[in-house]
Amino acid sequence: MTLGFYPGCSLKGSSREYAESVLAVAEAFNISIEEISDWNCCGATAAHNLNRELSLALPARILSLAEKQGMEEIVVPCAACYSRLSVTKHELSANASLKDRISDINNMEYKGSVKILNIIQMLDKYVAPVLESRVAKPFDHKVACYYGCYLTRPHDILNFDREEDPQTMDELMLKIGATPIDWAFKTECCGAGLSVSRTGSVGRLSGKIIGDASDRGAEAIVVACPMCHSNLDMRRDAINSFLGEKIDIPVLYITQAIGLAVGIDRKALALQRHFVKVTI
Amino acid sequence: MVWSGILNSFIMSSDSHNSSLSKLGTELLEQTEVKVTHCYQCGKCTAGCPLAEEMDYPPSLVMRMLQTGNSELEEKVLRSFSIWVCLTCEMCFARCPMSIDIPKMMDYLREKALTEKKSNPKAREIIAFHKSFLDTIKYTGRLYEIGLFAGYKSRTLKILDDLSLAPKMLRRGKLNIFPELIHDRSGIAGIFRKTVKKNKN
Repeated sequence: MTLGFYPGCSLKGSSREYAESVLAVAEAFNISIEEISDWNCCGATAAHNLNRELSLALPARILSLAEKQGMEEIVVPCAACYSRLSVTKHELSANASLKDRISDINNMEYKGSVKILNIIQMLDKYVAPVLESRVAKPFDHKVACYYGCYLTRPHDILNFDREEDPQTMDELMLKIGATPIDWAFKTECCGAGLSVSRTGSVGRLSGKIIGDASDRGAEAIVVACPMCHSNLDMRRDAINSFLGEKIDIPVLYITQAIGLAVGIDRKALALQRHFVKVTI
Repeated sequence: MVWSGILNSFIMSSDSHNSSLSKLGTELLEQTEVKVTHCYQCGKCTAGCPLAEEMDYPPSLVMRMLQTGNSELEEKVLRSFSIWVCLTCEMCFARCPMSIDIPKMMDYLREKALTEKKSNPKAREIIAFHKSFLDTIKYTGRLYEIGLFAGYKSRTLKILDDLSLAPKMLRRGKLNIFPELIHDRSGIAGIFRKTVKKNKN
């Protein structure tokens, strides 16, 4: 079967290495992936901060397109998009008149039949069963698995792993030979959408995350969200000035760590695009 | 401390234990199903909030202010910086023993503050970012990062901020010079017309 793919805007721009590594891993494991045609932005933080109907209509259009294109299951690697799509699906399934209203705004039928997977769920379902047998070069490093906010919260809607001490990424890392560390900032917020408007706040929040990972000996931070990645990687100057020291622990997408372990070329995983050099 | 002053005004307030809901409290219940009366001030939301220290009123105090039914305090909430600096990280909701959906309430309060032109002046940059973000989607269907930066800078006049970021992103192939245009842009324009324009935000 073919898995639908919603990349979202970040994966086409500032986080294109995430898309590149997702597609490289999918290819290596013979997972057939098809991008949703003519998809739009999910609206992200901006939409739900300013206008509730807009914040539901934009994701609903994406899900309607996937339905129309015959997709039963889609993978959404961006944790924020995953959250917006999942929240929309939940809200529309719980309220028939709202569903009608949003279908009317979009001028598109919405059924709510598409299953939404985050990247960890996709890897757990399609890659994990054969992962250990495919490891060519064990990723023998101490890693801090950082989940951030939107993969696990709100739990009642997403129903994925534990809210504050999730394990699925840690288990995937064990399978590729890494040692996930026990640490305190697994699901703390990086500062997310305030990256541009309040860079200092992001330096402080992301600084606490990098600081704890460093104190506990992590050699890499592994993430599954482009916003978390850009804050922890591209905002490293703000982070280091908050911490008052120069910490150069690299931040890898989960698909890059798995890709390295199964022998995918570093260039194909686009590690060279990161701000903090990946030396491991 | 500002917070203690607010707390004192609750103690003095004769209607602070009135069980009948305030106007805004009723509105929240009807529009979002969030029950501010269920809060018993344990403070876990404030303890877990990553940005409580940057807020004028931390989340638990916002809840208390809404419980009083005092219209002056409700107005303070709508005009607060707290509702804008809230990241919707959902930690408060995850830890609330009464399962009160504070992030959903914050979304409602932000939209209301914006529609009623009561948004806190300190939130100018945050709102400018959100508006610039939505502007690029409205015209292209997808986020156009250069357009976002240009819009943000023209709204805030923060011309020099992050100037060194663009060449570094370009060098790494992280910045598209041209926007990605989707085919059904008229459909997207229609969505904006029926949602944002209606509320004039």
